[in-house]
Amino acid sequence: MKTMSRESPTDEKRFDVLGRMPRLRRMVLSRAFQPVLMLLLLAPFALAVTAGLLGTSAGNRNFGIVFVWIVWWALLMVLLVPGLGRFWCTVCPIPAPGEWIQRRGIIGGVAKLRTLGLRWPRRLRNMWLQNAGFLMLALFSTIILTRPSVSAAVIVGLTGTAVGMSLLFEKRTFCKYVCPIGGFIGLYSMVAPVELRVRDAQVCVDHRSKDCITGNENGYGCPWMVYPGKLDRNLDCGFCTECLKTCTMDNVVVNLRRPGTDLGKPVRGKRIDEAFKALIMLTCSIIYPAVLFGPWATVKAWAGIESLGGWLIYAAGFLAVTLVVMPGLFWLAVSRGQKRSCSGLTIRQAFNEYAHALIPLGLASWIAFSVGFALTNGSYALAAISDPLGWGWNLFGTREAGWTPYLSSTAPGIQAVILLCGLIFSVRTSLRVGFRHDPSGATTMQATSPVAVFLLACTLALLWLYLG
Amino acid sequence: MSENQRRPITARRVILLLVVLAVLLVPIPTFHTPHSRDVVIDASQFEYSPPRLNINRGDTVNVTLNASDVVHGFFLDGYEIDSRVEPGISQKFTFTADRSGKFRYRCSVACGPLHPFMIGELVVGPNEPVWRASALAVVAAAAVLLGARKRRMA
Repeated sequence: MKTMSRESPTDEKRFDVLGRMPRLRRMVLSRAFQPVLMLLLLAPFALAVTAGLLGTSAGNRNFGIVFVWIVWWALLMVLLVPGLGRFWCTVCPIPAPGEWIQRRGIIGGVAKLRTLGLRWPRRLRNMWLQNAGFLMLALFSTIILTRPSVSAAVIVGLTGTAVGMSLLFEKRTFCKYVCPIGGFIGLYSMVAPVELRVRDAQVCVDHRSKDCITGNENGYGCPWMVYPGKLDRNLDCGFCTECLKTCTMDNVVVNLRRPGTDLGKPVRGKRIDEAFKALIMLTCSIIYPAVLFGPWATVKAWAGIESLGGWLIYAAGFLAVTLVVMPGLFWLAVSRGQKRSCSGLTIRQAFNEYAHALIPLGLASWIAFSVGFALTNGSYALAAISDPLGWGWNLFGTREAGWTPYLSSTAPGIQAVILLCGLIFSVRTSLRVGFRHDPSGATTMQATSPVAVFLLACTLALLWLYLG
Repeated sequence: MSENQRRPITARRVILLLVVLAVLLVPIPTFHTPHSRDVVIDASQFEYSPPRLNINRGDTVNVTLNASDVVHGFFLDGYEIDSRVEPGISQKFTFTADRSGKFRYRCSVACGPLHPFMIGELVVGPNEPVWRASALAVVAAAAVLLGARKRRMA
């Protein structure tokens, strides 16, 4: 078995994780690997939905709210996405029922898929539906985060949509083109220090049968409809590990790498949807702490739909800032840089490419938000796990555990450090893009400086929200 | 790499380190003498009035806490002050604002759907943390830009 780290096109070292850890490799290559993890997570998610529908309406006492929006969200944004990239998509229980219906079983052998197998419309093969879905969730986030029944309805709705789409469309069409959570996980997974790639692309070119696409007795053809031989960034890969199982050439590897290696690579095609995803996520990460943690009760009441008129004002402002103001300011920054640059990029191309620089800061901003929220409200988990439905149970003797905010003195400092790291990472990414398009480096500073100023302004706004 | 190539980078790093240390450690002067302040805070679903309090470091703050609808709590981040107030029964407590920065006060008694977001802000000036963090952000962005080396970014 080959275990040497390989050289990427950018000569960056990789560490072949499964090559060095044969036990883990055997586990991952087992057909039971993904379904067992999904089943393990399906149980708490089923409990979360049950608690949401049948349990107490007090969010802080309801397992559905506490488990999903405090525990799961914090684990996702603070640990899983930055550390393991798309690993959540490996174990996510939302598409599990649909996939198991498609595959006519949970763990068993490889079967013919039970689906109409329709192909997703070409016009929708992008992130726009995921962007729209995330914005819809974001617009209603204040009630989703606080009303257990609404939170449960969202999970049921997503699962139902995934099941329906798995019956109609081929493979993981829902995950790839519709899931609003998978969209941002994919975007931010490009920062992660883990990747699934082929060891040698030429092996894939020479290999005629392409088992990774067609599937074989060891596994299904890529459910995410990706050709691993051309995979060069985490955004496109759902980390389902099927290609590891199907590759007969032992050419698929899971690597540890330098974080953010995918960022700043050339953007193929007109991927303004990706640029908007990065902008939407960064903007929402600024709006959320302002609305939820800020002192402005009127805005909170609007966001909480206490009156339709108020919510309409909030929604209009939210969408205007997210879809017009921030993209407009970023467009201005990029175009100002390009006027002084000799890169030869059009403004639109530069907009798409420099949008990669928004990703580290956006992720850092979400981590800072999630850290603050989890430290403040994480103690609710103790009571909720003992009495998940708020019916007076005391399963683990912790029902009466009181609310205790953790690290309330140091949390703002931690958030500031996270944001500063995100800023540095983002400015470096913008420079990477600049140098790639201007190999001489003569006008890179001029092209990059306005983008860096935009990133700095976002960071200062966030610092003011958390500390000012 | 030759000594000639290495020296400018080292000098730049030393300068950067000195700037960062200056940003972190140089004291920010205050021109306020500590006062005793009486503050009345009204708690209602899901807001505090006033939503934001500005005081100066060293001030002694006498808080009168009222609840106008249901039972509310008052937890002050950083100072670990926790109080519970029922409608019609004011609570009084005193503390000395000996730490500068922004500290959120939040409801510590479940009071309805938006309870986790019932938050106010106490700003103890001069707000050193935000100024230092902002200055660090400017320094960091400038340092990355000015210190960019093509081979590092490739």
